[in-house]
Amino acid sequence: MLSIDSIKKGVVIDHILAGKAMQIYDHLNLEALDCSVAIIKNAKSEKRGKKDIIKIEDRIDLDLNILGYMDPNVTVNIIEDGVITSKLKLSLPDTLTNVIQCKNPRCITSVERHLSHKFLLSDRGQKIYRCAYCEQEHK
Amino acid sequence: MRHVIEPTDLSPPELNDLIKAAEEVRRRPEDYAGRCHGKILAALFYEPSTRTRLSFESAMLALGGGVIGFSSGDASSASKGESVADTIRTVSCYADICAIRHPKEGAALVASQFSTIPVINAGDGGHEHPTQTYTDLLTIHSIKHRMTDMTVGFCGDLKFGRTVHSLLKALTLYPRNRYLLVSPEELRIPDYIRGLLKERDCLFEEVTDLESAIERMDVLYMTRVQRERFFNEEDYVRLKDSYILDKRKLSAAKPDLTILHPLPRVNEIAPEVDSDPRAQYFQQARYGKFIRMALILKLLEEAGAC
Ligand SMILES: [Zn+2]
Repeated sequence: MLSIDSIKKGVVIDHILAGKAMQIYDHLNLEALDCSVAIIKNAKSEKRGKKDIIKIEDRIDLDLNILGYMDPNVTVNIIEDGVITSKLKLSLPDTLTNVIQCKNPRCITSVERHLSHKFLLSDRGQKIYRCAYCEQEHK
Repeated sequence: MRHVIEPTDLSPPELNDLIKAAEEVRRRPEDYAGRCHGKILAALFYEPSTRTRLSFESAMLALGGGVIGFSSGDASSASKGESVADTIRTVSCYADICAIRHPKEGAALVASQFSTIPVINAGDGGHEHPTQTYTDLLTIHSIKHRMTDMTVGFCGDLKFGRTVHSLLKALTLYPRNRYLLVSPEELRIPDYIRGLLKERDCLFEEVTDLESAIERMDVLYMTRVQRERFFNEEDYVRLKDSYILDKRKLSAAKPDLTILHPLPRVNEIAPEVDSDPRAQYFQQARYGKFIRMALILKLLEEAGAC
């Protein structure tokens, strides 16, 4: 059996909307880590019926802000010495890079494909992001 | 490296200093004739804009510097598919400062991210054009000797007119001005500008009739009402005359009204108005040169090149 139940030190991203784990894995660029990462798909959840879970062993210094944009309902537990030491409160990140795409045909990103699609949070309350180049709101 | 991509890239105190510097240039141009001797401005115009390009070139030559560049996208390496980033990296080796005009929004910002020389946005699509806004501010200040306690009228297409939005954003930083916003119902200012006016506690009125509003104005900023902004031809024909400034409408205006227009004009100001001393729109081009001289000098000095 895979030893994924408990980790001594690391991060557990819980209550991920079922089916979204791989997307989160990609956006957090977890592939680049050399520590062990477990993805559990379609686990039973009282809150959401089904859920995905990601467990990252050994690392607790990851930038997880993007989760606040991708799925604000997830819970992030930081584990040290086998116990949950803190639950990360997710907030919307100030910038999003290559998470969403600018759809403005007049934007420079529409012709220069190598540019990263960068968005800046312009209204936290209303969750409005604007393209860093053309300032068009993402809808 | 300092760049000017949007009007707010200069803080309000910096902008005041820039206006002062430009007025000094206007008073004593001979003192500035050699200030940028040996320096080179790259004018990268990916789309033609003769007026803006000549203004930048004239400004640099008046400072004693030289100019290189291109004046349309098809003559440049862009037509061979080179990115803005690669072009600016190369140009950074040839020039000390760059003015870029590009049809796509955000192009100047991209250039600034890869540039090792100061970049001035000379217009990126319908997005920003900071030296236009600075020109408008300098013109108003030079003629009125103040930036406060004025009634400023804006007339025409207030919905899509970028120059109007940028100037309003800048002017509303100064206290005690009132705004008369004259436009057809369909072309009123967008919500975010209305929000800004309220947020900054500005007094403003949105009206549809120029003739009855003009008598209260100290400054009148005219813009074009474009045919294609209307749903149908009848509305356009019915409305366009109300937003054309002619001698008859002007007869009700104050004797010291200042009439401005970003140019080029089509038919929104009748030629008979041109000879009226209140018409200042052709003087604006002169101010545009002075503000660009002051800006080029400021950026080159900050970069340690002058
Ligand atoms: Zn964009």
